[in-house]
Amino acid sequence: MAKPRKKSLFSMQADVSPGGYITISACAFILFFALWWGINASGFVRPIFLPSPAAILTRLATLAADGTLLADIASSSYRIGVGFALASVSALAVGVLIGNYRFWDAAIEPFLDFIRYMPVVAFVPLTILWTGTSDTQKFLVIWIGTFFQQALMFMDNIKRVPPDFIGLGRTLGLSDYRIVTKIILPSAAPQIWDTLRVSLGWAWTWVVLAELVAANSGLGYRITVAQRYFQTDTVIGYIVVLGLLGLISDQIMKFAGKRMFRYGEKH
Amino acid sequence: MDKLLIRDLIKTFPAGRAGRERVTVLDKVSLSIRQNEFVSLVGASGCGKSTLLSIIAGLQSFDDGDLKVDGGDITGPGPDRGVVFQSYTLLPWLTARRNVEFALTATGHSAAESSELAMAQLRLVGLEQFADRYPAQLSGGMKQRVAIARALSYKPKLLLMDEPFGALDALTRVQMQELLTEVWERERLTVIFVTHDVEEAVFLSDRIFVMSSNPGRIKTVYDVALPRPRTPETHRLPEFAALQADVLRSIRAEMRDR
Repeated sequence: MAKPRKKSLFSMQADVSPGGYITISACAFILFFALWWGINASGFVRPIFLPSPAAILTRLATLAADGTLLADIASSSYRIGVGFALASVSALAVGVLIGNYRFWDAAIEPFLDFIRYMPVVAFVPLTILWTGTSDTQKFLVIWIGTFFQQALMFMDNIKRVPPDFIGLGRTLGLSDYRIVTKIILPSAAPQIWDTLRVSLGWAWTWVVLAELVAANSGLGYRITVAQRYFQTDTVIGYIVVLGLLGLISDQIMKFAGKRMFRYGEKH
Repeated sequence: MDKLLIRDLIKTFPAGRAGRERVTVLDKVSLSIRQNEFVSLVGASGCGKSTLLSIIAGLQSFDDGDLKVDGGDITGPGPDRGVVFQSYTLLPWLTARRNVEFALTATGHSAAESSELAMAQLRLVGLEQFADRYPAQLSGGMKQRVAIARALSYKPKLLLMDEPFGALDALTRVQMQELLTEVWERERLTVIFVTHDVEEAVFLSDRIFVMSSNPGRIKTVYDVALPRPRTPETHRLPEFAALQADVLRSIRAEMRDR
């Protein structure tokens, strides 16, 4: 009998071993940097438009050594921490309301949809008008950027709690409040955590946006200043740092989620 | 006195595009159930048997009629009526033992009392060695055994079961039926059991209510005169087969008329 032909790496649903997966991912990064290095080496693009990876690394090392980089990361992280926490807590409260009560669904949900389609960027001048250029303005931009999306995603997470779980709570005579805290929130927790993980990525975008426009510290601020002096190496270096910070925070949350919600595993 | 008394119960749902019309799902349903009785509600899908159970549980409202447990009106859900749902309703973030304890503490038992009673209930359904497993690590049959243990733990006056074995494979199903009869014969509970499996209804019940559809009504009531304890041998009695055929015929006749 003929043996089934081995699937090629490029056929749909073909399996890739974990080691192979890492190799392929690493190759993509290497290819990207090689291409970049090649462009620089060819002399086709002037360094002021695209500095070499080595120049950027040197630049970042200098900024790290004099403490600028860490200070910028610290002030941006602080803004994200506060802004994101405010958005998440308020969005979760609204999500629970919309997800469980038809009245609040009708009262709030269409309105959220309406605001959600307004571009966050357009609110930035308004936030400066309202709160000046203080940290409060950064919190506000992050809040506007994440709250409306989060509230709808949390609502969806809450609505997916099996109705029989809630029925169980009611037959046990639990109050609405205890059904929310003892059944609905724990049941939706893995999905809520995923929503947090996804929306934290956006929060990074909004903090940089707020800092690009009006700030005197932070990663976004440094990028604007560097652009003014044609320090392209700093601009690109900071963009790469932002990518890394996003990647790291995402991986931490992914790992923490796996630890917390282990009960869903079969072994 | 009757444990559960239902008189002229009417339930309608909104229908039509604007939801202004009403369709009657339960039309003047009356029945009474005695203390320690095991009754089944059977009928074609859509006859309203699950809706009726949900109303008895207090999870759905009704339009008109009387509904009394031990002479008191049912106004909402409460711990005097325990429910075992068809879907596995074990809370996945709690172990089997904690799931039972959850029901016990919710119904006002102390922590120490809960943990003791929970283990006793798990022993009753033969799962004490699985007490610390999470639901994801249990088979479908085990999950429903924990759900039964949980519903029995706080000693409800009525146990309401909505096709609890409907999602299980045939072998597990038979095992669960035997376990349930055993538990029932020992604890002398009052059970209302919804199923579309006639054989299951005959094996478990003292009485079987056959419901007709559109609108849902109680069509016929069968007394199951089979001896107890019921064992796997019960299935082989000629009366068993005869009664099963009778009930099935009654449901079929109903389906043909539609």
